[in-house]
Amino acid sequence: MATQETRLAARLLAAPSIGLLFVWMVVPLAITIYFSLLNYNLQTSVTTPFVGLSNYYYFLTDPAFLTSIMNTLLLVGAVLVITILGGLGMALLLDQPIWGQGFARIMVISPFFVMATVSALIWKNLMMHPVFGIFAWIASLFGAKPIDWFGDYPLTAIIIIVAWQWLPFAALILLTALQSFDQEQKDAAQMDGAPPIPFFFHILLPHLARPITVVILIETIFLLSIFAEIYVTTGGGPGLASTNLTFLIYQTALLQFDAGGAAAGGLIAVVLANIVAIFLTRLVGKNLEG
Amino acid sequence: MGRIVLEKVRKAFAEVVVISGIDLVIEEGSFVVFVGPSGCGKSTLLRLIAGLEDNSGGKILIDGMDVTQAAPAKRGLSMVFQSYALYPHMNVAKNIGFGLKMAGMPREEIDRKVANAAAMLNLTDYLNRRPGQLSGGQRQRVAIGRAIVREPKAFLFDEPLSNLDAALRVQMRLEITRLHQSLKTTMIYVTHDQVEALTMADQIVVLNRGNIEQAGAPLELYERPKNLFVAKFIGSPTMNIISGATAARYGAPTIGIRPEHLKLSTTSGDWKAQVSIAEHLGSDTFLYVDADGIGPLTVRADGDFAVKPGDSLYLSPDPTRLHRFDDKGDAIR
Amino acid sequence: MSRQHSLSRRITMTTIAYLFAFMIFFPVLWMIITSFKSEIDAFALPPKFLFFHWTLENYITVQGRSNYPLFAANSVILAGGATLLGLLVGIPAAWAMAFAPTKNTKQILLWMLSTKMMPAVGVLMPIYWIFLKLHMLDTHIGLIVILFLGNLPIMIWMLYTYFKEIPVEILEAARMDGATRWKEIVFVLAPMAVPGIASTVLLNVILSWNEAFWTLNLTTTSAAPLTAFIASYSAPEGLFWAKLSAASTMAVAPILLLGWFSQKQLVRGLTFGAVK
Repeated sequence: MATQETRLAARLLAAPSIGLLFVWMVVPLAITIYFSLLNYNLQTSVTTPFVGLSNYYYFLTDPAFLTSIMNTLLLVGAVLVITILGGLGMALLLDQPIWGQGFARIMVISPFFVMATVSALIWKNLMMHPVFGIFAWIASLFGAKPIDWFGDYPLTAIIIIVAWQWLPFAALILLTALQSFDQEQKDAAQMDGAPPIPFFFHILLPHLARPITVVILIETIFLLSIFAEIYVTTGGGPGLASTNLTFLIYQTALLQFDAGGAAAGGLIAVVLANIVAIFLTRLVGKNLEG
Repeated sequence: MGRIVLEKVRKAFAEVVVISGIDLVIEEGSFVVFVGPSGCGKSTLLRLIAGLEDNSGGKILIDGMDVTQAAPAKRGLSMVFQSYALYPHMNVAKNIGFGLKMAGMPREEIDRKVANAAAMLNLTDYLNRRPGQLSGGQRQRVAIGRAIVREPKAFLFDEPLSNLDAALRVQMRLEITRLHQSLKTTMIYVTHDQVEALTMADQIVVLNRGNIEQAGAPLELYERPKNLFVAKFIGSPTMNIISGATAARYGAPTIGIRPEHLKLSTTSGDWKAQVSIAEHLGSDTFLYVDADGIGPLTVRADGDFAVKPGDSLYLSPDPTRLHRFDDKGDAIR
Repeated sequence: MSRQHSLSRRITMTTIAYLFAFMIFFPVLWMIITSFKSEIDAFALPPKFLFFHWTLENYITVQGRSNYPLFAANSVILAGGATLLGLLVGIPAAWAMAFAPTKNTKQILLWMLSTKMMPAVGVLMPIYWIFLKLHMLDTHIGLIVILFLGNLPIMIWMLYTYFKEIPVEILEAARMDGATRWKEIVFVLAPMAVPGIASTVLLNVILSWNEAFWTLNLTTTSAAPLTAFIASYSAPEGLFWAKLSAASTMAVAPILLLGWFSQKQLVRGLTFGAVK
């Protein structure tokens, strides 16, 4: 409800954002499509102008492709599950009557502020080093054999690092949601005699549905393009054990200098991301109505 | 200054017609109340006059000037919103003076006008407070102050009292009436409360589904409602509407009689009835009765009328106060 | 639930909460502690937690080898520039979507967000190529534009959720008062939305500061921010944990401090209106 002039002004004011984002999306995409049809090697600079869809064919039939897709899904899925469950647990703890909640919040949120390269470096060296790392020392306290995280469980190690980075985000959003929970509703539930567990599942969890949706949306956006953590720690290895789609494309482009193949891979990634996006925006659109 | 003319004003949101071609003349200096049930289009009509919505058709003239295409601020009108819409980050003085500042008026002149308005509204002691620190009634007065300083051709009020409690509402009602008497500026006031309409207006416009059902002076609407809708909407408690055999005996398909125009008697009368609920207010008595062959009726008696639920009594409608309506619900004159 | 809690329950809960909070915080703390150790102490087994010879030598070495203030200044310029540009373009857009929504507004917002899901690596080559042609590689302006565009959808969305909570009647009152569109946004909307704008700025600064794909791939020296500074330490200094820790601490310290001071504000904003 507004006047025509207001609506016109709104269009004008929204136009720069929409236009810029449109260009930001379309121009690189168009160039990528163009590259993807060429045999374009960055090292030799030999360009066989047009090779049709063979770049796509090679990228899609490369066994590394399927592996990287699986790794991407595992990474995103595992981190989402860990951060939401862990975050919920942390939020419930912090929502209890405790002393110094503010200080605890500050400790919990800290990883969120640490840049990805730094977190990867700290975890790779100070925490997970098989000899001098904290984990190795703890294992030795119990007489256990230290784990060579990046040699034996590379993907798990990366999941731990990324989950550590994103747990604060989930925890603090859910904490805010818990704190916004209406005291009268709690009182009413108590009058109804709801014991803690049904109370959690029937009253608290539905109240958290919207914040959880937001956590899933935002995390997925960032998790789909995890790069620095892999780059710094495993370099995608051993073999392809910790290569996600983003990293595979990066390797194709800058380690094999196959610009055409990387462009094809990039486009496939864009298509996959859009499938996820459609799925997610449905979920979010439904949950964020009003 | 302040004669507003609406010519065939229409408003539709997409396919939904909210205002369907309204013609209305609001005379200079009058106090006009738009009243009607929620969704009747009264607020939309006010917003059209304000310029906060576009007409889908028709013209709006203020003092003979066609302002249909003019921006809100160019129409020379002030508006008091239902939620007051005060600027929460500005103190009272800045709130009142914002419009003058936007108009580029010099500081000293703004200060002087704000001080005058504040004095008129008993706000002088609160000029440095923020809206959040004020009571509902004070906020209401700030909103009015903001409207006054711009010396508009007309004031527009959009249900301004609906967020106040009952006692404050009566007080503010009087203050607004007093304001109108001293300023003599045209005022257009939207409400769903017919008591506000009857007590404040020079002219009441009853709206229903985007149409004017009737426009006229309060007592005219009370005494000579044009149709069943107005008859039922104006007056409290609501007019009793009777149809069927009883109505036919009075020569119309439907008749209406106001609760205060039924004469009560314990011994004799036209209709026999049993009391189901009796409300004794001292000054008045409201009886909810079940009349034989007619159904439930409401009756108002002056002073106290000593009956209990279950008692029988007799009712006689005042024949000069009886309203007759035809099949379409229009009054038979 | 009842507001009366026994003291023992309170003590237990506080202990458990702090235990977990500390576990989450530990890697950051350990990095800071290690940065004050000698290289030998850094590799000590069992690890030395507090009782070692505290030293600043790592910081001095790191500063001596690479010009920290230059990288830090670049980080500030990039994050600040991208955020400023984002506010300039994002506030009007968010105003439009919040106060003059059409039936497509929701679609447009979700589309904006979906541009954020495009893997950067997919378009690295074209962007690199464009930057090469426009001579924007390793320039502030080039990276500011990239960071600004990358975060714009999130910024608009966050501002939108805040603006939507502001009653439209107040803006209409400003219109009646004769405010132009621009004055309405500057004098009425913006001051009312200060908390929301502040959270948006904070998140945007943090995301820009920590962005480590474009900053690494499109800079070499003159516009390189702290992400590049730390990257230059990752390979050779992998064996020098104390120096690595010092460099890491220097890279994250500014944003960590900013984040600590403003975390309440930031978290409110992160809920994107999902918590009322």
